[in-house]
Amino acid sequence: MSAAEEVVEGHEAVEAVPKRAMTLGTGTSLVVLAALIIAPVFVKNFIIFQMTMLLIYGLAVLALNILTGGSGQFSLGQSAFYAVGAYTTAVLMEHFNVNYALTLPIAGVVCFGFGFLFGQPALRLSGVYLALATFALATAMPQLLKLNFLEHWTGGVQGLVVTKPDAPFGLSMSQDMWLYYFTLVVVLAIYIFSVNLLRSRSGRAFMAIRDNEIAASAMGINVALYKTLAFGVSAAITGIAGSLGAIAVQFVAPDSYTITLAISLFLGMVVGGVGWLPGSIVGAAFIIFVPNIAEGISKGLSGAVFGVLLFLVIYLVPHGARQVAILGQQLAGKLRKN
Amino acid sequence: MELFTNQVLAGIATGAIYACMALAVVMIYQAIDHLNFAQGEMAMFSTFISWQLMQWGVSYWAAFLITLVFSFVAGIAIERILFKPLAKAPVLTNVAGFIALYAIINSSAGLLWDFTIKQYPTPFGSSPFLGSQLISTHQAGMIGVTVLLLLGLYFFFQYTRIGLAMRAAASVPESARLVGINTSWMIALGWGMATAIGSIAGMLIAPVVFLEPNMMGGVLIYGFAAAVLGGLTSPFGAVVGGFLVGIFENLAGTYIPGVGNELKLPIALALIISVLVVKPAGLFGRHIVKRV
Repeated sequence: MSAAEEVVEGHEAVEAVPKRAMTLGTGTSLVVLAALIIAPVFVKNFIIFQMTMLLIYGLAVLALNILTGGSGQFSLGQSAFYAVGAYTTAVLMEHFNVNYALTLPIAGVVCFGFGFLFGQPALRLSGVYLALATFALATAMPQLLKLNFLEHWTGGVQGLVVTKPDAPFGLSMSQDMWLYYFTLVVVLAIYIFSVNLLRSRSGRAFMAIRDNEIAASAMGINVALYKTLAFGVSAAITGIAGSLGAIAVQFVAPDSYTITLAISLFLGMVVGGVGWLPGSIVGAAFIIFVPNIAEGISKGLSGAVFGVLLFLVIYLVPHGARQVAILGQQLAGKLRKN
Repeated sequence: MELFTNQVLAGIATGAIYACMALAVVMIYQAIDHLNFAQGEMAMFSTFISWQLMQWGVSYWAAFLITLVFSFVAGIAIERILFKPLAKAPVLTNVAGFIALYAIINSSAGLLWDFTIKQYPTPFGSSPFLGSQLISTHQAGMIGVTVLLLLGLYFFFQYTRIGLAMRAAASVPESARLVGINTSWMIALGWGMATAIGSIAGMLIAPVVFLEPNMMGGVLIYGFAAAVLGGLTSPFGAVVGGFLVGIFENLAGTYIPGVGNELKLPIALALIISVLVVKPAGLFGRHIVKRV
């Protein structure tokens, strides 16, 4: 029996992912990394921009994966954290002339606090109740950003325009390409941090809570602390993704961060495989490119085509890209034996 | 004071719709343990069917009945074709399935009937109810239909064999199967009933919010909120939750300064979350004690 079939047995919200199966093998990782580094040299600026967005959404899906795949908490409110990160960067850059690279850690810290505080009342909720609470946060966020007394900072309904940074040190590189490599470095750093986090003591605590909260607390894990910590870390990473998104798109406005974004990120996580970190990029590719493909197939029915494609994916691989990876691994193993 | 009474009564009337929607949500939740995110779109599609029938010259009540039957069958078909294969998939995969269904129905309705706003008739008329200025006959009719529906469901679940079988299949599927209940079909039946109840909600609210493919978006959110507030395991709680949410929404919009229409929803949701933090299983929900 494959690992993917085994986890079907339990009817848990989030199936247990063994610690080792959360990442790619070293060889595969290096190949993917090399491809990500070389690819922009050969393509047009618009495609580089799309690849940047792919990395950014991948980062946001990764953040949700840490929360849901890691600690078993479900969130439909990620768009709110993404918005806070984006606005932090936009306000700091446009009102205070802070360097764009410096705004990222600030956005991360702000969002960590925000997520940690939100995690406090959310502690008592689980499953659908938590989904509703986070959903409320996501629906409220665009309205809050439009509030009158914040308008001086946020630009109200109009939003803010963000200046795209030039490549530093006199490098002869287009702005898009520089931003792509900048994003790649940030995403890589956070990816490595996340992998290590999930392998650390805290990560094991997250997973113990995910698999059985009562047993985890019986083992002496401070459930409340780790659950809110997971919320904080996830919010911080989502916030950094939001910052990068604001710089890449050069614009923030309340209506870019509606519940649709939160739902997209959620779909990305499911398609990539819940709890499998490399799947985040696959999921991000799905939520960025499939709507475009659907639009190409039929303009009037693009929503329906998207829905049908999504159904196809979840029928064929209910565990997402992770299932494909596991199958590939088994196939490779068999070939090696022969 | 008149403003207050007015707002409360209007709240009860919209609350009746939320109650219907919440009931549909609870029906499905009981049957399959999932929140159906496509419930509102399914109701919208049913409402369009009834509208189309009326355009073709069918009378209101005949269209109403045909739509109920159509919705019931369609609900069963959706379960059999789309969601039965996913029964063993993880919960979050199922949620993705609901989102996919939402996209499919919304987009198809847009293509079939386009996105222009359409008038929808009310069978009750829109004159003031019994000569009072407080509430219109349509609002009174909405409350009446909801109450009838509730009584009907109560009798169905309490006093019929099939109602009992459905309750058994929902609460302890293994034991239900042992005594010979076809739990798989009970789930499909739950889908059918939920879809039919949702279509009633859709047809009742269509004269108020007008008919268009996105008409149920807001209603569904309030329906969820109501169901969660009342407790997802209690149909009665769902109805009470619906009325409470309706009243609170209207009062908050009127009396809390700076709320207006834009912030009504976040305020209503904030209230529900505060209730949940105090009572995590909802007002009338069963608190399930987990064993390690």
